[in-house]
Amino acid sequence: MKVSVQKEDFDLGAEVKAISANPKIGAVATFTGLVRDVAMTLEHYPGMTERAIAQIVEQARSRWQVMDCTVIHRYGKLRPNDQIVLVAVASAHRGDAFAACEFIMDYLKTQAPFWKKEQGVDGARWVEAKATDDKAAERWK
Amino acid sequence: MKVKILYFASIREKLGRDAEDVELPPGVATIAGLRTHLRSRGGAWAEALAEGRLLRAALNQDMAQPAAAIKAGDEIAFFPPVTGG
Repeated sequence: MKVSVQKEDFDLGAEVKAISANPKIGAVATFTGLVRDVAMTLEHYPGMTERAIAQIVEQARSRWQVMDCTVIHRYGKLRPNDQIVLVAVASAHRGDAFAACEFIMDYLKTQAPFWKKEQGVDGARWVEAKATDDKAAERWK
Repeated sequence: MKVKILYFASIREKLGRDAEDVELPPGVATIAGLRTHLRSRGGAWAEALAEGRLLRAALNQDMAQPAAAIKAGDEIAFFPPVTGG
């Protein structure tokens, strides 16, 4: 299991390969989040952010068969089309891999301390949290 | 008792600081109590931590409810609802 909160970009192919070595793994589901439309700065809470993500991964492991998992989230300045987040889950079968991947993303959106500040043409503004993200996390309860 | 307080994102900007060590008067024993105490400083504090404003708090790096008890040496953080992913 790997959790990384980093400034640097990541290589999807290399990360998938790194969690696919076990011959019992039959499925790897991945989600990659990209910056849409405008440049932004991502702030986080060093220490708590890593801890919160690790706890979300543990919850996923207790609900589905997860053989390996990598979560990478970037912070700092990002431009349109940059990769922000990667969730990759390896399992024996696709059902567990898909579900755990989506669960981790939904929880990350509402529980992991990150804040986006978008750089618009008329100045910078903090992105507001969305009720739809809370709903998405709620449905796993 | 003394605690460490951290501020993030829009709260940090409004207050013009990201951290402070604070000696709390007796009677301030919960996250909600701490928020009320800080609000009594007035000005930017009253605004950034206003009662109607939707805020989240963490206690020793775990999400915490307003009723959570605080003790000497704790690290408490205030921030807006998160927007990562």
